[in-house]
Amino acid sequence: MERNGEMRAYVLGAIGVALLVWGSWWGLFWAPRESFMGDVQRIMYVHVPVAWNAMLALTFAFACALASLLRGGWKWDSRLEAAMEVGVALAVLLCILGSIWAKPTWGVWWDWDPRLTTTAIMVSAFAGILALRHFVDDPVKRATWSAVAAIVAFVDVPIVYFSVRWWNSLHQLQSSPETVSRAFHWPLRINAFGILFLMAGMIDLRARVAALRLEGELAPPLPESGREGVR
Amino acid sequence: MQLVAAVHKDLLLQWRGRAQAIAIFVFGATSLLLFSFAIGPNAEALRQHAAGFIWLALLLSSTLTLAESFQSEMEEHALEGLLLLPADARALYYGKALANWAQLTLLGVALVPLTVVLYDAPLPRAGGLLGIIMLGAAGLSGPGTLYAAMTSQTRAQQTLLPLLLFPLVVPVLLASVKATSLLILGDPMGQLRSWTILLVCFDAIHWSVCGLLFDRVVED
Amino acid sequence: MVTGRNGSGKSTLLRILATAIRPHRGTARVEGLDLRGQTRDVRRRVALLSHHHYLYDSLTALENLQIAARFLNRDPSRKALLPLLAEVGLADRADDAPVGFSAGMRKRLALARVLLPPASVVLLDEPYGQLDPPGFRLVDRLVARWREQGATVLMATHLLERGGDLCDGAIVLDEGRLTWEGPAREVAAQSGLAAPVLVEGGA
Repeated sequence: MERNGEMRAYVLGAIGVALLVWGSWWGLFWAPRESFMGDVQRIMYVHVPVAWNAMLALTFAFACALASLLRGGWKWDSRLEAAMEVGVALAVLLCILGSIWAKPTWGVWWDWDPRLTTTAIMVSAFAGILALRHFVDDPVKRATWSAVAAIVAFVDVPIVYFSVRWWNSLHQLQSSPETVSRAFHWPLRINAFGILFLMAGMIDLRARVAALRLEGELAPPLPESGREGVR
Repeated sequence: MQLVAAVHKDLLLQWRGRAQAIAIFVFGATSLLLFSFAIGPNAEALRQHAAGFIWLALLLSSTLTLAESFQSEMEEHALEGLLLLPADARALYYGKALANWAQLTLLGVALVPLTVVLYDAPLPRAGGLLGIIMLGAAGLSGPGTLYAAMTSQTRAQQTLLPLLLFPLVVPVLLASVKATSLLILGDPMGQLRSWTILLVCFDAIHWSVCGLLFDRVVED
Repeated sequence: MVTGRNGSGKSTLLRILATAIRPHRGTARVEGLDLRGQTRDVRRRVALLSHHHYLYDSLTALENLQIAARFLNRDPSRKALLPLLAEVGLADRADDAPVGFSAGMRKRLALARVLLPPASVVLLDEPYGQLDPPGFRLVDRLVARWREQGATVLMATHLLERGGDLCDGAIVLDEGRLTWEGPAREVAAQSGLAAPVLVEGGA
């Protein structure tokens, strides 16, 4: 059972890598050169899929947090930890990619684009929750508190986005590499699925690690039905 | 009514701890002074940034206020004692959040004269400024009380509270700074209303969500 | 009467019964009420004297009681609460803050706080701890009065003889498991217990 589960994670990861290689090759070498921005625009083939998947990971984290609070069960807590870590990693990658795109295009490393800025803020918010987990020894409290914090952080995302957008709109009207014309869709989609599978594999594996660590922490074996300390 | 009892308790605790509140004000005032050094003695630049700095000072001081508000609850586990009476966890949250809100508003108001003096900031609409301070303080106090309750039960409260709170209250910071800036420097395009609405929405959402989640944070 | 060595789980048991902590497994009922499902109702009936004294150090003794009284919807006036303080021997320190109290006085204040709610189950975790001989007699008096009122009193104490006299039944805990059950007087005769915990059963 255990080994099957691990195999699943590796299979997902392998599919993901394969798709990514295909999509990136297509995007980087075969797809036509974009007339306005030039080759720099090719970063879009990674940037946009990473953006979609980062948001997906953090939304999944939100769902895990809700499940953890409302239904209980240690597996949701493990998945929450995994989803947050992977989500934060992808979001950091997103910010780096955004900077790499911004420098040759606008001449500055950071252009306060609302989406990227919101992403940066979300990185600090969720990194903070991951830090919180390290400082709480009691597993039940750790699970409850990180779920609460994740819910509050996620609810905040739209508010943060709107406030940054209004704040930024008064200063500049630069855009980020978002708009893609139809000709470029396929490599994008392939890469998106590539990262999706890779991400799913990583979350699966990471959740497994978290669950194993929890088993070590709780003296009696994990209850089957769920975390009975939760309503 | 339990909420009244809770507010009474928290205001009484704050009154008893007023020496600390004064110390926090001194901290805020010193911060304002230090921030001005970052700009230099350029009156025009200082005036432009006055709004930002008063809110930064308030934000930093708020971590001290919020952390301290749960100090007395955790020393002898008084909060647990109240929960066992039984007291409604939600009432305890709102009592504490309201008391913190009052203290942060007072702090903000106290920092205004200093800002006017150091940053040469005119005050044409003092009433509006009071409103923004109240809304911003509520935005800090709502989620802040929830996180203070959480982090006061950990080993690393001083680090964790700002770490968790600051990213969350970015909208409050942005909106309050913009609104204050518009009040001080003028609002030719009538944007004040949108920022005020943003603050109101933030406060409404977080005061309800955090109130709902509070009992999960303090109950074992 | 619940007894057992240090670390056998006596405090934990009392805290679970008071709904201060939630058990990871299993169920428990107090007066027919489920601890997990009907927590509020259980709390209305139970009063706990814990080794945490549940005090606000910066407020006066009287104010501490007043806060609890308000949450219980009871009269928080000085007139109503001073007799409680007098009962535990703290009437003259009503306007002083517990931060300056000795350990015994803090225990007395905690006892006064336990007297406030109308409890039908009273849980006492080491009630004699930190008290002087008059304090011991105070606890005995209070326990006797609770029994007269028909309340069930569960006491964890290291004073075997005292508990043996006061209590009806006793159980012995060892590492969280029940190892002996019987009349309280016979606990002292049970060998191998360095510090028994007595739980007194009333109604």
